Amino acid sequence: MYDIKALYEAESTAHAVQLRLEHPEAQIIAGGSDVLVQVREGKRAGKALISIYMLDELRGIRIDDEGNLRIGSLTSFSHITKDPLIQQYIPALGEAVDMVGGPQIRNIGTIGGNTCNGVTSADSASTLHAYEAIIELTGANGIRRVPIKDFYLRAGQTDIRPDEIQTAILIPQDSYKDTAGYYFKYAMRNAMDIATTGCSVNCRLSPDKGTFERVRIAYGVAGPVPMRAPTAEAMAAGKPVSRETVQAFAQAVLQDINPRDSWRASRALRQHIAVELASRCLTESVHRAGGAL
Amino acid sequence: MEQQYKQVNFNLNGKDVSCVVDIRCSLTDMLRNQFGCTSVKKGCEVGECGACTVLIDKEAFNSCIYLAVWAEGKHILTLEGLLGPNGELSDIQQAFIDEAAVQCGFCTPGFILTGYEILETGKLYTDDELRKLLSGHLCRCTGYENILKAVKKVMYQRLGKTPEEA
Ligand code: FES
Ligand code: FES
Repeated sequence: MYDIKALYEAESTAHAVQLRLEHPEAQIIAGGSDVLVQVREGKRAGKALISIYMLDELRGIRIDDEGNLRIGSLTSFSHITKDPLIQQYIPALGEAVDMVGGPQIRNIGTIGGNTCNGVTSADSASTLHAYEAIIELTGANGIRRVPIKDFYLRAGQTDIRPDEIQTAILIPQDSYKDTAGYYFKYAMRNAMDIATTGCSVNCRLSPDKGTFERVRIAYGVAGPVPMRAPTAEAMAAGKPVSRETVQAFAQAVLQDINPRDSWRASRALRQHIAVELASRCLTESVHRAGGAL
Repeated sequence: MEQQYKQVNFNLNGKDVSCVVDIRCSLTDMLRNQFGCTSVKKGCEVGECGACTVLIDKEAFNSCIYLAVWAEGKHILTLEGLLGPNGELSDIQQAFIDEAAVQCGFCTPGFILTGYEILETGKLYTDDELRKLLSGHLCRCTGYENILKAVKKVMYQRLGKTPEEA
């Protein structure tokens, strides 16, 4: 038995919003792979929960009217990986979430829950940052959209208001169109582990594949919140597609990131890994975009 | 606070069932205590070991981090559901015996259910792919190699192939 004070089950998105207003002290629970573990650990013991897990309306992936790739917040990691639209437009995301925990965790874990925790080691986070995802929140006054970089406030804290639930994650068309990306997770084990560093890169090449039109990179665990490396990105844009550019880009990330010492890895090791991953991920992105180095 | 109960209706091992549960129950609690499915083991109870694995709508879940009330409307399969009408073992269970993939047996029901999900896809996997697909289970007796062999054996059997042909 879990130490739960009360359970409020949402029957629709509107009902979830109503429950949020009626029970401001209650914690939202999506798949529960984090919340229920925290209840067991005692960290969230004795609290009331609002379950949104049964809201099938928040599952599934489609292209919306504006051309965004729309991922319902309760879509599980395994369903994201298997989805044909994801495989076609943003395979790096499907691959990234295929590295979360183990198979059973990927069946219960939801992309919305993963982002709402504000955990920087979340495997989805760096790729969503690198593709400038938009978080859709539904509250009493309707829908609010927040760019993912603003959604993460600080470690463990996200911008979700007392009346809101997260209902979707949107990948804007401009982010995925003519763009190829790659995610690399550096961890101590191949499964059931948390990333030491995760790096997600994507690039758009000129039609002749000779020039980088745009490069985006984001890290999980390189700082207190998932972060981009703007100096490196600006440095690579407009440069020829070459090994030199890739190396210069990789070195430039050190001007942007600020990893910390922890028992998982030292600052020096993380910096070394960050440069190496930037180089590998950009190299692979170029290949996927049809370019050669 | 008053204790909170809820009626849950679902399909367990092919039979429609329903019961009233305390909302604080995990799916493991409900399956073990109310339906006698003791193949569903309690290992870590925090989603790390896979001993409590069941299939929900044909996908493997750790039932220890799944609220019992979420079973509503679902099809749930436990190891008990793999037995034939007269208690015959399924091919995957037999393979675990033949390959000596069972030591203390605590991890076995979970591994077999994940193995069952893998085999139901009807696909041929490499060893590395199988290892990844089985990676959500811990075996304290560390019999991983034989477990892999057992799953592999049934995979080839069902596809009517031998490892050499593949
Ligand atoms: S008992 Fe559920 S994963 Fe260990
Ligand atoms: S056989 Fe003992 S835990 Fe696996």
